[in-house]
Amino acid sequence: MEELLANPYIGPLVLTVAIILVFPLIAGYIVLAERKVLADLQVRLGPMRVGPYGVLQPLADALKLMIKEDIIPARADKWIFWLAPVLSTFTALTAFAVLPLSDRLYVADVNIGILFVLAMSSIGALGLILGGWSANSKYSLMGSLRAAAQMVSYEVPLGFATVTAIMCAGTLSMQGVIQAQLERGVWGAFDNYGLMLIPAVLFIIAGTAETNRAPFDLPEAESELVAGFHTEYSGFRWALFFLAEYAAIVVISSLCVTLFFGGWLRPFPNVEFLEIPFNTVFPAGLCVLIALGCLKGVGKQVIFGFRIVMAAIAAGFLGAAGLFVLPVTNELIIGLFWFAFKLGVMVYLFIWYRGTFPRFRYDQLMDVGWKWLIPISMIGLILNGAVQLLARG
Amino acid sequence: MAATTLAPPPETAETFLDSNEIVLNMGPQHPSTHGVLRVILKLDGETVLGADCVIGYLHRGVEKIAENRTYQQFAPYVDRMDYVAAVSNGLGYCMAVERLLDVEIPPRAQAVRVILTEVNRIASHLLWLGTHALDIGAITPVFLCFREREEALKIFENYCGARLTTHAFRIGGLQYETHDTFEKECLAFCDLIEEKVKEYHDLLTGNRIWVRRTKGVGILNAQDCKDYGVTGPLLRAAGVEWDLRKVRPYCGYEKYDFDVPTAETGDTFDRYIVRMQEMEQSCRIIRQAVGAIPEGPIKGKVGKVIKPPPGEAYVSIEAPKGELGYYVVSDGSLNPYRLRVRPPSFVNLGALDKMCRGMLVADVVAIIGTIDIVLGEVDR
Repeated sequence: MEELLANPYIGPLVLTVAIILVFPLIAGYIVLAERKVLADLQVRLGPMRVGPYGVLQPLADALKLMIKEDIIPARADKWIFWLAPVLSTFTALTAFAVLPLSDRLYVADVNIGILFVLAMSSIGALGLILGGWSANSKYSLMGSLRAAAQMVSYEVPLGFATVTAIMCAGTLSMQGVIQAQLERGVWGAFDNYGLMLIPAVLFIIAGTAETNRAPFDLPEAESELVAGFHTEYSGFRWALFFLAEYAAIVVISSLCVTLFFGGWLRPFPNVEFLEIPFNTVFPAGLCVLIALGCLKGVGKQVIFGFRIVMAAIAAGFLGAAGLFVLPVTNELIIGLFWFAFKLGVMVYLFIWYRGTFPRFRYDQLMDVGWKWLIPISMIGLILNGAVQLLARG
Repeated sequence: MAATTLAPPPETAETFLDSNEIVLNMGPQHPSTHGVLRVILKLDGETVLGADCVIGYLHRGVEKIAENRTYQQFAPYVDRMDYVAAVSNGLGYCMAVERLLDVEIPPRAQAVRVILTEVNRIASHLLWLGTHALDIGAITPVFLCFREREEALKIFENYCGARLTTHAFRIGGLQYETHDTFEKECLAFCDLIEEKVKEYHDLLTGNRIWVRRTKGVGILNAQDCKDYGVTGPLLRAAGVEWDLRKVRPYCGYEKYDFDVPTAETGDTFDRYIVRMQEMEQSCRIIRQAVGAIPEGPIKGKVGKVIKPPPGEAYVSIEAPKGELGYYVVSDGSLNPYRLRVRPPSFVNLGALDKMCRGMLVADVVAIIGTIDIVLGEVDR
């Protein structure tokens, strides 16, 4: 066993397989979370039928998508039509390889990790373009043209914001960036006397555009282009595009959390006396609260099976609370908890945008990108560079 | 299949350059054509060079049906035209037949008609606001608007049992006496709307994306409006203070104190503001009318069998979407000899091409939304 763990290939391999197997489920639950949060914003209930409070909805959706008829339009370019969703999903999942999920949980810590993520998310755009092009439909074509233009425009401010963060941390390695934040005792976003907030905010805006989310969801603008680049896709291919979109959200959010919000570090990582409240009380308390909420819901369920599901969820969260209380296990999972928590906040932000903002128009999108975001990101880079030079010597 | 006769595009830089134009078919099955409207767009990249409407997918021959029904029998059919503002349709039809019959409508019936029509105007505008915002990409307002619209539908339901196609009025007055809580419900509805309109303003009016998506989009100035016969909020947004409730009062509208909101440029933003203000003005009218519903009968002297003397009558009212006219010709028999509807949606939709020229694809859906069409009324 010890030998197996010591092997440099076994750990990463297991984690890779785990990510590929588990991520679709996580994506499904992000979709459920999105539907629930949007429903909450829109005075609705959201999914309520499959399982108690709809908690089994993602499984039902996945099953439905898998058994749907596989349609390829007659005049589509079959091979490219087949390749496009695969390419999108592949690149999005590959980017997970360098994400630092916690201090010990990552597939690889390469010295160009950030570059790798950016490269992968750029290639992901190719999948969208090919998918729209090969379907041989005008709506798809317009969606993919928009996708191409948008990706190119918004990658520039995204790149500038990333460069600023890299400059601040002094490394391209994902773990290195977090280590640098730990050493400097401040999250990336608040470094350089708060000037790093400029790239942090720009990164979130450009990241939203990069992942084609509202208000920048022009490539799939459903009120204009029906469904944009994936108009002609259905069934499992469509699900792959969906998976890629949510994978991209997680990747961009993770990158943002890593670069600007301390990755798996707890808030105020260098303040000793906050160790107990932040690393034990907060996560354990959160789990207990959720468990109590679930227990309260048990009584409301009429169907016996649903009660069991609710009770099981409650038990699971109580167990998690126990893990956070025990020092041995706490040490193992606390990094993952903080990473997931920050990721959750970012994803919530994305959903919140979607519920609140109208969509940009194509020319306005370009306007905002080129006339505002790029100049501001450049100014942010120069300012931060100058301040850093003066302050750190 | 209708012929696509697109006028030559205007001489712009885009047409001067030799680029490929594509023809994009939008609808009749499309998420934001508000039903079964089909628009054939001629595009240069994302720029719209022309837009052709193809209508008739919901044609039921309502005007012909009228010729084979008695006057009373036809009354419920008009609700199925602009089903979002069924009460206004019913009012227009009843008034046209009443003019043929030359009957006096009791003041109590008049007041209740005004109240229900204004409640319906608010309901119609709420539906417009929700779907319009949805077209522009804001997905939340539609649910908020439907929540408030529900209250309006409850008033109708309590009054006459139906929610959407109400058939609330009868020729000569009303069928039903108002229910006990009618006044209270209407006042509570006004309070709610006045509060919620502020909420919509918070959500949309100050939003920079919303303003950018609507300002300067689909401009239709006063002259264009007159040329195309466009009426209603579109005309008022272009700066023409033309509201039939003011200029040609009916149903006792002259008794109520209200303003006619207007704007200047006639773009999508102005139309949005005008309709938002109209909701507030409708609340004002409802408050005044509810406060002074006279006592008395609810139906004028109309016989069981309606047989108007030979002649013709045209009555037009200010429906939520514009001037709604009914032209009825009687030959002295039980059925109308000919019935013609002037539907505001149909006439206003005619200006779509004019408004779309030079705009982008995304603006087309915004413009269709801002015209506020109901295909049941366009196709009849």
